[in-house]
Amino acid sequence: MSPRETVILDQPAIGRALTRVAHEILEKNKGTRDVALIGIVRGGDHLARCLQKRIHEIEGVELPIGSIDITMYRDDLASRGSLPIGKTELLFPLENKNVVLVDDVLFTGRTIRAAMDALMDIGRPRSIQLAILIDRGHRELPIRPDFVGRNVPTATEEKILVRFDDNQQPVEVRVCKP
Amino acid sequence: MTFGHKHILGMDQFSADDITRILDTADSFKEISTREIKKVPTLRGKTIINIFFEASTRTRASFEIAEKRLSADTLNISASTSALVKGETLEDTARNLEAMHPDIIVIRHGHSGAPHYLAERCNFSVVNAGDGAHEHPSQALLDLMTIREKKGTIGGLTVAIVGDIAHSRVARSNIIALNTMGARVRLAGPRTLLPTGAERLGAEIHTDMQSALEGADVVMMLRIQQERQGRTLLPSTREYSRFFGLNPNNLQLAKDDAIVMHPGPMNRGVEIASSVADGDRNVILDQVENGVAVRMALLYLISGGDKLAE
Repeated sequence: MSPRETVILDQPAIGRALTRVAHEILEKNKGTRDVALIGIVRGGDHLARCLQKRIHEIEGVELPIGSIDITMYRDDLASRGSLPIGKTELLFPLENKNVVLVDDVLFTGRTIRAAMDALMDIGRPRSIQLAILIDRGHRELPIRPDFVGRNVPTATEEKILVRFDDNQQPVEVRVCKP
Repeated sequence: MTFGHKHILGMDQFSADDITRILDTADSFKEISTREIKKVPTLRGKTIINIFFEASTRTRASFEIAEKRLSADTLNISASTSALVKGETLEDTARNLEAMHPDIIVIRHGHSGAPHYLAERCNFSVVNAGDGAHEHPSQALLDLMTIREKKGTIGGLTVAIVGDIAHSRVARSNIIALNTMGARVRLAGPRTLLPTGAERLGAEIHTDMQSALEGADVVMMLRIQQERQGRTLLPSTREYSRFFGLNPNNLQLAKDDAIVMHPGPMNRGVEIASSVADGDRNVILDQVENGVAVRMALLYLISGGDKLAE
Protein backbone atom coordinates (compact mmCIF):
# COMPACT_ATOMS: atom_id res chain seq x y z
CA MET A 1 0.00 0.00 0.00
CA SER A 2 1.42 3.35 -1.01
CA PRO A 3 1.54 6.17 1.56
CA ARG A 4 -1.17 7.97 -0.36
CA GLU A 5 -3.68 5.23 0.47
CA THR A 6 -5.54 4.94 3.77
CA VAL A 7 -7.75 2.09 4.93
CA ILE A 8 -10.95 3.66 6.24
CA LEU A 9 -12.94 0.47 6.85
CA ASP A 10 -11.50 -2.96 7.66
CA GLN A 11 -13.30 -6.27 7.37
CA PRO A 12 -15.03 -6.26 10.79
CA ALA A 13 -16.14 -2.65 10.28
CA ILE A 14 -17.63 -3.49 6.86
CA GLY A 15 -19.34 -6.50 8.44
CA ARG A 16 -20.92 -4.38 11.18
CA ALA A 17 -22.07 -1.76 8.65
CA LEU A 18 -23.68 -4.43 6.44
CA THR A 19 -25.41 -6.02 9.43
CA ARG A 20 -26.90 -2.65 10.38
CA VAL A 21 -27.99 -2.00 6.78
CA ALA A 22 -29.64 -5.46 6.70
CA HIS A 23 -31.62 -4.57 9.85
CA GLU A 24 -32.60 -1.20 8.40
CA ILE A 25 -33.87 -2.81 5.18
CA LEU A 26 -36.04 -5.17 7.24
CA GLU A 27 -37.25 -2.32 9.44
CA LYS A 28 -38.21 -0.03 6.58
CA ASN A 29 -39.96 -2.79 4.63
CA LYS A 30 -41.58 -4.28 7.77
CA GLY A 31 -40.03 -7.67 7.08
CA THR A 32 -39.06 -9.48 3.91
CA ARG A 33 -42.35 -9.59 2.01
CA ASP A 34 -41.97 -8.64 -1.70
CA VAL A 35 -38.41 -7.40 -1.05
CA ALA A 36 -35.74 -8.25 -3.65
CA LEU A 37 -32.05 -7.37 -3.74
CA ILE A 38 -30.41 -6.31 -6.99
CA GLY A 39 -26.68 -5.60 -7.06
CA ILE A 40 -24.98 -3.42 -9.64
CA VAL A 41 -22.16 -5.23 -11.48
CA ARG A 42 -19.41 -5.21 -10.28
CA GLY A 43 -19.09 -4.78 -6.54
CA GLY A 44 -22.76 -4.19 -5.79
CA ASP A 45 -23.63 -7.76 -6.78
CA HIS A 46 -21.16 -9.13 -4.21
CA LEU A 47 -22.54 -6.84 -1.49
CA ALA A 48 -26.12 -7.85 -2.37
CA ARG A 49 -25.16 -11.47 -1.65
CA CYS A 50 -23.64 -10.40 1.71
CA LEU A 51 -26.90 -8.64 2.59
CA GLN A 52 -28.97 -11.64 1.47
CA LYS A 53 -26.92 -13.88 3.80
CA ARG A 54 -27.35 -11.51 6.76
CA ILE A 55 -31.09 -11.14 6.21
CA HIS A 56 -31.34 -14.92 6.05
CA GLU A 57 -29.53 -15.14 9.39
CA ILE A 58 -31.86 -12.57 10.96
CA GLU A 59 -35.25 -13.58 9.52
CA GLY A 60 -34.65 -17.06 8.12
CA VAL A 61 -35.89 -15.93 4.71
CA GLU A 62 -33.91 -16.10 1.47
CA LEU A 63 -34.65 -12.96 -0.53
CA PRO A 64 -34.72 -13.13 -4.34
CA ILE A 65 -31.48 -11.72 -5.66
CA GLY A 66 -30.34 -10.45 -9.05
CA SER A 67 -27.56 -8.50 -10.68
CA ILE A 68 -27.70 -5.73 -13.23
CA ASP A 69 -25.01 -4.43 -15.57
CA ILE A 70 -25.46 -0.80 -16.54
CA THR A 71 -22.81 -0.41 -19.25
CA MET A 72 -25.45 -0.26 -21.98
CA TYR A 73 -27.15 2.61 -20.13
CA ARG A 74 -24.10 4.78 -19.57
CA ASP A 75 -24.16 8.36 -20.83
CA ASP A 76 -20.43 8.51 -21.59
CA LEU A 77 -19.96 6.04 -24.49
CA ALA A 78 -18.17 8.68 -26.57
CA SER A 79 -15.73 9.77 -23.85
CA ARG A 80 -15.07 6.45 -22.11
CA GLY A 81 -15.13 4.14 -25.11
CA SER A 82 -16.81 0.76 -25.33
CA LEU A 83 -16.37 -0.68 -21.86
CA PRO A 84 -16.72 -4.43 -21.34
CA ILE A 85 -20.32 -5.42 -20.69
CA GLY A 86 -21.12 -7.65 -17.71
CA LYS A 87 -24.02 -9.98 -17.13
CA THR A 88 -27.53 -8.96 -16.13
CA GLU A 89 -29.23 -11.80 -14.26
CA LEU A 90 -32.77 -11.29 -13.06
CA LEU A 91 -34.54 -14.60 -12.69
CA PHE A 92 -37.67 -13.24 -11.00
CA PRO A 93 -40.33 -10.80 -12.25
CA LEU A 94 -39.94 -7.26 -10.94
CA GLU A 95 -43.66 -6.59 -10.87
CA ASN A 96 -44.85 -5.64 -7.36
CA LYS A 97 -41.38 -6.05 -5.89
CA ASN A 98 -39.81 -3.54 -3.54
CA VAL A 99 -36.38 -3.58 -5.08
CA VAL A 100 -33.34 -2.69 -3.01
CA LEU A 101 -30.64 -1.60 -5.42
CA VAL A 102 -27.18 -2.30 -3.95
CA ASP A 103 -23.89 -0.67 -4.91
CA ASP A 104 -20.52 -0.28 -3.25
CA VAL A 105 -19.82 3.45 -3.68
CA LEU A 106 -22.26 6.31 -4.34
CA PHE A 107 -20.54 9.25 -6.04
CA THR A 108 -22.13 11.37 -8.81
CA GLY A 109 -25.35 9.32 -8.92
CA ARG A 110 -25.04 8.64 -12.64
CA THR A 111 -24.60 4.90 -12.16
CA ILE A 112 -27.80 4.81 -10.09
CA ARG A 113 -29.66 6.81 -12.75
CA ALA A 114 -28.51 4.26 -15.36
CA ALA A 115 -29.46 1.33 -13.09
CA MET A 116 -32.96 2.71 -12.53
CA ASP A 117 -33.44 3.17 -16.29
CA ALA A 118 -32.24 -0.38 -16.86
CA LEU A 119 -34.63 -1.77 -14.23
CA MET A 120 -37.58 0.13 -15.67
CA ASP A 121 -36.85 -1.37 -19.10
CA ILE A 122 -37.00 -4.85 -17.63
CA GLY A 123 -40.12 -4.50 -15.54
CA ARG A 124 -42.18 -2.34 -13.21
CA PRO A 125 -41.14 -2.71 -9.58
CA ARG A 126 -43.46 -1.24 -6.93
CA SER A 127 -40.59 0.76 -5.48
CA ILE A 128 -36.84 1.11 -5.74
CA GLN A 129 -34.71 1.75 -2.65
CA LEU A 130 -30.98 2.32 -2.60
CA ALA A 131 -28.44 0.67 -0.30
CA ILE A 132 -24.83 1.87 -0.46
CA LEU A 133 -21.70 0.79 1.42
CA ILE A 134 -19.87 4.12 1.05
CA ASP A 135 -21.50 7.48 0.30
CA ARG A 136 -18.68 9.81 -0.73
CA GLY A 137 -20.81 12.81 -1.75
CA HIS A 138 -20.41 15.02 -4.87
CA ARG A 139 -23.80 14.19 -6.37
CA GLU A 140 -24.54 15.50 -9.88
CA LEU A 141 -28.14 14.26 -9.90
CA PRO A 142 -30.99 14.45 -7.38
CA ILE A 143 -30.40 10.95 -5.99
CA ARG A 144 -30.09 9.98 -2.32
CA PRO A 145 -29.53 6.61 -0.68
CA ASP A 146 -32.04 4.98 1.71
CA PHE A 147 -29.42 2.89 3.52
CA VAL A 148 -25.78 3.91 3.98
CA GLY A 149 -22.94 1.85 5.44
CA ARG A 150 -20.67 4.84 6.02
CA ASN A 151 -20.61 8.48 4.93
CA VAL A 152 -17.09 9.42 3.86
CA PRO A 153 -16.36 13.06 2.98
CA THR A 154 -13.92 13.08 0.04
CA ALA A 155 -12.27 15.40 -2.42
CA THR A 156 -13.45 14.84 -6.02
CA GLU A 157 -10.01 13.76 -7.21
CA GLU A 158 -9.68 11.08 -4.52
CA LYS A 159 -10.63 7.52 -5.30
CA ILE A 160 -12.55 5.08 -3.11
CA LEU A 161 -11.60 1.46 -3.56
CA VAL A 162 -13.68 -1.38 -2.13
CA ARG A 163 -11.56 -4.54 -2.22
CA PHE A 164 -13.05 -8.04 -2.40
CA ASP A 165 -11.27 -11.34 -1.81
CA ASP A 166 -11.48 -14.37 -4.12
CA ASN A 167 -14.77 -15.42 -2.49
CA GLN A 168 -16.30 -12.02 -3.31
CA GLN A 169 -16.27 -11.06 0.37
CA PRO A 170 -15.48 -7.38 1.06
CA VAL A 171 -12.17 -7.07 2.92
CA GLU A 172 -11.45 -3.36 3.13
CA VAL A 173 -12.25 0.12 1.87
CA ARG A 174 -9.41 2.45 0.94
CA VAL A 175 -9.17 6.12 0.08
CA CYS A 176 -6.50 6.80 -2.55
CA LYS A 177 -5.17 10.34 -2.88
CA PRO A 178 -4.03 11.34 -6.39
CA MET B 1 -9.66 -1.23 -22.55
CA THR B 2 -10.13 0.05 -26.08
CA PHE B 3 -11.43 -1.90 -29.05
CA GLY B 4 -9.31 0.04 -31.51
CA HIS B 5 -11.27 -0.64 -34.68
CA LYS B 6 -13.32 2.03 -36.41
CA HIS B 7 -14.54 -0.23 -39.21
CA ILE B 8 -15.56 -3.87 -39.56
CA LEU B 9 -14.21 -4.79 -42.98
CA GLY B 10 -12.95 -8.35 -42.74
CA MET B 11 -11.87 -11.04 -40.32
CA ASP B 12 -8.22 -10.48 -41.21
CA GLN B 13 -8.24 -7.26 -39.15
CA PHE B 14 -8.92 -9.10 -35.86
CA SER B 15 -6.64 -10.82 -33.36
CA ALA B 16 -7.85 -13.74 -31.24
CA ASP B 17 -8.26 -11.28 -28.34
CA ASP B 18 -10.43 -8.99 -30.50
CA ILE B 19 -12.64 -11.92 -31.49
CA THR B 20 -12.99 -13.07 -27.88
CA ARG B 21 -13.92 -9.52 -26.89
CA ILE B 22 -16.60 -9.36 -29.60
CA LEU B 23 -18.04 -12.76 -28.61
CA ASP B 24 -18.06 -11.88 -24.89
CA THR B 25 -19.86 -8.62 -25.67
CA ALA B 26 -22.34 -10.48 -27.87
CA ASP B 27 -23.03 -12.95 -25.03
CA SER B 28 -24.06 -10.01 -22.86
CA PHE B 29 -26.26 -8.48 -25.55
CA LYS B 30 -28.05 -11.76 -26.26
CA GLU B 31 -30.17 -11.46 -23.11
CA ILE B 32 -31.79 -8.22 -24.34
CA SER B 33 -33.60 -10.04 -27.15
CA THR B 34 -35.38 -12.24 -24.59
CA ARG B 35 -36.77 -9.30 -22.59
CA GLU B 36 -40.27 -7.98 -22.76
CA ILE B 37 -38.91 -4.56 -23.71
CA LYS B 38 -36.23 -5.44 -26.23
CA LYS B 39 -34.40 -2.15 -26.26
CA VAL B 40 -31.48 -0.46 -24.53
CA PRO B 41 -30.46 3.18 -25.04
CA THR B 42 -26.81 2.44 -25.83
CA LEU B 43 -26.68 3.99 -29.34
CA ARG B 44 -29.32 6.66 -28.81
CA GLY B 45 -28.80 9.55 -31.21
CA LYS B 46 -26.56 7.57 -33.60
CA THR B 47 -27.62 7.37 -37.23
CA ILE B 48 -26.97 4.16 -39.13
CA ILE B 49 -27.62 3.71 -42.86
CA ASN B 50 -28.00 0.19 -44.23
CA ILE B 51 -27.20 0.20 -47.90
CA PHE B 52 -27.72 -3.10 -49.67
CA PHE B 53 -26.76 -3.40 -53.33
CA GLU B 54 -27.53 -7.12 -53.25
CA ALA B 55 -30.61 -9.02 -52.17
CA SER B 56 -30.65 -10.01 -48.52
CA THR B 57 -33.32 -10.96 -46.04
CA ARG B 58 -31.53 -12.45 -43.08
CA THR B 59 -28.50 -10.19 -42.83
CA ARG B 60 -30.42 -7.03 -43.47
CA ALA B 61 -33.18 -7.86 -41.01
CA SER B 62 -30.57 -8.91 -38.46
CA PHE B 63 -28.63 -5.65 -38.74
CA GLU B 64 -31.78 -3.59 -38.62
CA ILE B 65 -33.08 -5.38 -35.54
CA ALA B 66 -29.67 -5.06 -33.84
CA GLU B 67 -29.64 -1.32 -34.56
CA LYS B 68 -33.18 -0.81 -33.30
CA ARG B 69 -32.55 -2.77 -30.10
CA LEU B 70 -29.66 -0.41 -29.41
CA SER B 71 -31.93 2.62 -30.04
CA ALA B 72 -30.03 3.89 -33.09
CA ASP B 73 -31.92 5.73 -35.84
CA THR B 74 -31.80 3.61 -38.97
CA LEU B 75 -32.42 4.10 -42.63
CA ASN B 76 -32.46 1.46 -45.34
CA ILE B 77 -31.45 1.96 -48.93
CA SER B 78 -31.61 -0.87 -51.42
CA ALA B 79 -30.11 -0.92 -54.88
CA SER B 80 -33.39 -0.87 -56.71
CA THR B 81 -34.51 2.37 -55.03
CA SER B 82 -31.14 4.14 -54.98
CA ALA B 83 -29.68 6.60 -57.44
CA LEU B 84 -27.10 3.96 -58.32
CA VAL B 85 -29.49 2.61 -60.91
CA LYS B 86 -29.43 6.10 -62.41
CA GLY B 87 -25.69 5.82 -62.95
CA GLU B 88 -24.28 7.49 -59.85
CA THR B 89 -20.89 6.20 -58.76
CA LEU B 90 -20.42 4.54 -55.38
CA GLU B 91 -18.18 7.39 -54.28
CA ASP B 92 -20.76 10.02 -55.17
CA THR B 93 -23.45 8.10 -53.34
CA ALA B 94 -21.17 7.89 -50.32
CA ARG B 95 -20.27 11.60 -50.44
CA ASN B 96 -23.94 12.51 -50.50
CA LEU B 97 -24.71 10.23 -47.59
CA GLU B 98 -21.72 11.61 -45.70
CA ALA B 99 -23.14 15.11 -46.01
CA MET B 100 -26.08 13.92 -43.89
CA HIS B 101 -23.69 12.92 -41.07
CA PRO B 102 -24.42 9.27 -40.47
CA ASP B 103 -22.30 7.57 -37.80
CA ILE B 104 -22.19 4.12 -39.34
CA ILE B 105 -22.86 2.73 -42.81
CA VAL B 106 -23.60 -0.97 -43.15
CA ILE B 107 -22.96 -1.98 -46.74
CA ARG B 108 -23.46 -5.05 -48.87
CA HIS B 109 -22.07 -4.84 -52.36
CA GLY B 110 -21.45 -7.23 -55.23
CA HIS B 111 -17.90 -5.99 -55.70
CA SER B 112 -15.13 -7.17 -53.41
CA GLY B 113 -13.52 -4.26 -51.63
CA ALA B 114 -16.42 -1.81 -51.93
CA PRO B 115 -16.62 -1.32 -48.12
CA HIS B 116 -12.85 -0.75 -47.94
CA TYR B 117 -13.16 1.84 -50.71
CA LEU B 118 -15.71 3.77 -48.63
CA ALA B 119 -13.76 3.37 -45.40
CA GLU B 120 -10.71 5.01 -46.98
CA ARG B 121 -12.66 7.96 -48.36
CA CYS B 122 -15.34 8.82 -45.83
CA ASN B 123 -15.32 9.70 -42.15
CA PHE B 124 -18.14 7.47 -40.94
CA SER B 125 -17.62 3.91 -39.70
CA VAL B 126 -18.15 1.19 -42.30
CA VAL B 127 -19.47 -2.29 -41.57
CA ASN B 128 -19.06 -4.88 -44.30
CA ALA B 129 -22.27 -6.91 -44.62
CA GLY B 130 -20.81 -8.94 -47.48
CA ASP B 131 -18.67 -7.80 -50.40
CA GLY B 132 -18.64 -9.94 -53.54
CA ALA B 133 -16.85 -13.23 -52.99
CA HIS B 134 -14.51 -11.59 -50.49
CA GLU B 135 -15.69 -11.39 -46.86
CA HIS B 136 -18.76 -11.50 -44.64
CA PRO B 137 -17.29 -10.85 -41.19
CA SER B 138 -20.50 -10.62 -39.14
CA GLN B 139 -21.55 -14.03 -40.47
CA ALA B 140 -18.21 -15.58 -39.43
CA LEU B 141 -18.55 -14.04 -35.97
CA LEU B 142 -22.07 -15.34 -35.44
CA ASP B 143 -20.81 -18.77 -36.53
CA LEU B 144 -17.96 -18.56 -34.01
CA MET B 145 -20.38 -17.46 -31.29
CA THR B 146 -22.62 -20.44 -32.03
CA ILE B 147 -19.68 -22.86 -32.06
CA ARG B 148 -18.33 -21.49 -28.77
CA GLU B 149 -21.79 -21.63 -27.21
CA LYS B 150 -22.36 -25.27 -28.22
CA LYS B 151 -18.80 -26.58 -27.83
CA GLY B 152 -17.46 -24.38 -25.03
CA THR B 153 -14.38 -23.52 -27.05
CA ILE B 154 -13.17 -22.98 -30.62
CA GLY B 155 -9.45 -23.76 -30.47
CA GLY B 156 -8.61 -27.40 -31.23
CA LEU B 157 -11.92 -28.21 -32.96
CA THR B 158 -12.09 -29.69 -36.44
CA VAL B 159 -14.46 -27.79 -38.70
CA ALA B 160 -15.51 -29.12 -42.11
CA ILE B 161 -16.77 -26.50 -44.56
CA VAL B 162 -18.50 -28.13 -47.51
CA GLY B 163 -19.77 -26.72 -50.77
CA ASP B 164 -19.12 -23.80 -53.05
CA ILE B 165 -15.97 -22.53 -51.36
CA ALA B 166 -14.75 -20.51 -54.32
CA HIS B 167 -17.74 -18.20 -54.48
CA SER B 168 -18.36 -18.03 -50.74
CA ARG B 169 -17.47 -14.97 -48.70
CA VAL B 170 -18.91 -16.83 -45.70
CA ALA B 171 -16.32 -19.59 -46.16
CA ARG B 172 -13.50 -17.12 -46.61
CA SER B 173 -14.31 -15.15 -43.47
CA ASN B 174 -14.80 -18.35 -41.50
CA ILE B 175 -11.51 -19.86 -42.64
CA ILE B 176 -9.61 -16.76 -41.50
CA ALA B 177 -11.48 -16.49 -38.19
CA LEU B 178 -11.29 -20.20 -37.34
CA ASN B 179 -7.55 -20.18 -38.05
CA THR B 180 -7.08 -17.16 -35.80
CA MET B 181 -8.90 -19.00 -33.01
CA GLY B 182 -6.82 -22.17 -33.47
CA ALA B 183 -9.38 -24.50 -35.05
CA ARG B 184 -8.51 -26.95 -37.84
CA VAL B 185 -10.35 -26.18 -41.05
CA ARG B 186 -11.16 -28.70 -43.78
CA LEU B 187 -12.65 -27.60 -47.07
CA ALA B 188 -14.58 -29.97 -49.29
CA GLY B 189 -16.26 -29.49 -52.63
CA PRO B 190 -16.00 -30.32 -56.32
CA ARG B 191 -12.72 -29.13 -57.81
CA THR B 192 -14.54 -26.52 -59.86
CA LEU B 193 -15.82 -24.91 -56.64
CA LEU B 194 -12.57 -25.02 -54.68
CA PRO B 195 -10.47 -21.87 -54.91
CA THR B 196 -6.93 -22.09 -56.13
CA GLY B 197 -4.43 -21.53 -53.36
CA ALA B 198 -6.87 -22.38 -50.56
CA GLU B 199 -4.02 -24.12 -48.72
CA ARG B 200 -2.40 -20.73 -48.26
CA LEU B 201 -5.36 -19.70 -46.13
CA GLY B 202 -4.42 -22.50 -43.75
CA ALA B 203 -7.01 -25.11 -44.63
CA GLU B 204 -6.91 -28.77 -45.66
CA ILE B 205 -8.41 -29.48 -49.07
CA HIS B 206 -10.64 -32.51 -49.57
CA THR B 207 -12.19 -33.42 -52.91
CA ASP B 208 -14.42 -36.05 -51.35
CA MET B 209 -16.90 -35.29 -48.61
CA GLN B 210 -16.34 -38.45 -46.58
CA SER B 211 -12.75 -37.71 -45.60
CA ALA B 212 -13.69 -34.13 -44.69
CA LEU B 213 -16.50 -35.23 -42.38
CA GLU B 214 -14.50 -37.99 -40.63
CA GLY B 215 -14.31 -37.05 -36.96
CA ALA B 216 -15.38 -33.42 -37.48
CA ASP B 217 -16.76 -31.43 -34.51
CA VAL B 218 -18.57 -28.92 -36.72
CA VAL B 219 -20.04 -29.37 -40.20
CA MET B 220 -20.69 -26.12 -42.01
CA MET B 221 -22.70 -26.50 -45.21
CA LEU B 222 -22.67 -23.76 -47.83
CA ARG B 223 -25.34 -22.79 -50.27
CA ILE B 224 -24.85 -23.50 -53.95
CA GLN B 225 -24.84 -19.98 -55.31
CA GLN B 226 -26.36 -20.17 -58.74
CA GLU B 227 -26.42 -16.38 -59.03
CA ARG B 228 -22.70 -15.99 -58.46
CA GLN B 229 -21.62 -18.58 -61.02
CA GLY B 230 -20.90 -17.01 -64.38
CA ARG B 231 -20.87 -20.35 -66.11
CA THR B 232 -22.06 -23.77 -65.20
CA LEU B 233 -19.55 -25.37 -62.87
CA LEU B 234 -21.78 -28.28 -61.91
CA PRO B 235 -23.23 -30.92 -64.21
CA SER B 236 -26.45 -31.00 -62.19
CA THR B 237 -27.71 -30.25 -58.70
CA ARG B 238 -28.75 -33.89 -58.38
CA GLU B 239 -25.23 -35.06 -58.96
CA TYR B 240 -23.91 -32.40 -56.59
CA SER B 241 -26.33 -33.54 -53.94
CA ARG B 242 -25.20 -37.15 -54.31
CA PHE B 243 -21.52 -36.31 -53.79
CA PHE B 244 -21.59 -33.24 -51.56
CA GLY B 245 -25.01 -33.14 -49.95
CA LEU B 246 -25.22 -33.68 -46.19
CA ASN B 247 -27.57 -36.52 -45.28
CA PRO B 248 -28.14 -38.70 -42.21
CA ASN B 249 -25.72 -41.35 -43.55
CA ASN B 250 -22.62 -39.26 -44.17
CA LEU B 251 -23.29 -37.17 -41.05
CA GLN B 252 -22.52 -40.33 -39.07
CA LEU B 253 -18.89 -39.97 -40.12
CA ALA B 254 -18.62 -36.81 -38.01
CA LYS B 255 -18.33 -36.97 -34.23
CA ASP B 256 -21.43 -38.11 -32.34
CA ASP B 257 -21.89 -34.65 -30.88
CA ALA B 258 -21.04 -32.76 -34.08
CA ILE B 259 -23.18 -29.75 -34.86
CA VAL B 260 -24.56 -28.86 -38.31
CA MET B 261 -24.48 -25.25 -39.49
CA HIS B 262 -25.77 -23.44 -42.55
CA PRO B 263 -25.61 -19.69 -43.21
CA GLY B 264 -28.88 -19.78 -45.16
CA PRO B 265 -30.82 -19.60 -47.31
CA MET B 266 -30.86 -23.38 -47.58
CA ASN B 267 -31.48 -25.34 -50.75
CA ARG B 268 -33.21 -28.28 -49.09
CA GLY B 269 -32.47 -31.52 -50.91
CA VAL B 270 -29.42 -30.03 -52.63
CA GLU B 271 -26.60 -29.30 -50.17
CA ILE B 272 -28.53 -30.45 -47.12
CA ALA B 273 -31.23 -33.10 -46.66
CA SER B 274 -34.39 -31.87 -44.98
CA SER B 275 -34.09 -34.50 -42.25
CA VAL B 276 -30.64 -33.10 -41.33
CA ALA B 277 -31.73 -29.47 -41.61
CA ASP B 278 -34.51 -30.17 -39.13
CA GLY B 279 -32.57 -32.76 -37.13
CA ASP B 280 -31.41 -32.50 -33.53
CA ARG B 281 -27.80 -31.70 -34.49
CA ASN B 282 -28.70 -28.57 -36.45
CA VAL B 283 -27.97 -25.18 -34.88
CA ILE B 284 -29.17 -23.17 -37.87
CA LEU B 285 -31.70 -21.09 -35.97
CA ASP B 286 -29.22 -20.55 -33.11
CA GLN B 287 -26.99 -18.98 -35.76
CA VAL B 288 -29.77 -16.59 -36.74
CA GLU B 289 -30.50 -15.71 -33.10
CA ASN B 290 -26.82 -15.12 -32.36
CA GLY B 291 -26.55 -12.97 -35.48
CA VAL B 292 -28.53 -10.20 -33.83
CA ALA B 293 -26.37 -10.32 -30.68
CA VAL B 294 -23.10 -10.30 -32.66
CA ARG B 295 -24.23 -7.34 -34.74
CA MET B 296 -25.26 -5.44 -31.62
CA ALA B 297 -21.80 -6.12 -30.20
CA LEU B 298 -20.04 -4.92 -33.37
CA LEU B 299 -22.06 -1.70 -33.58
CA TYR B 300 -21.49 -1.03 -29.88
CA LEU B 301 -17.75 -1.68 -30.03
CA ILE B 302 -17.06 0.51 -33.06
CA SER B 303 -19.21 3.32 -31.67
CA GLY B 304 -17.06 3.68 -28.60
CA GLY B 305 -13.82 2.64 -30.18
CA ASP B 306 -13.36 5.12 -32.98
CA LYS B 307 -12.42 8.14 -30.92
CA LEU B 308 -9.87 6.19 -28.94
CA ALA B 309 -8.38 4.49 -31.95
CA GLU B 310 -7.44 7.70 -33.68
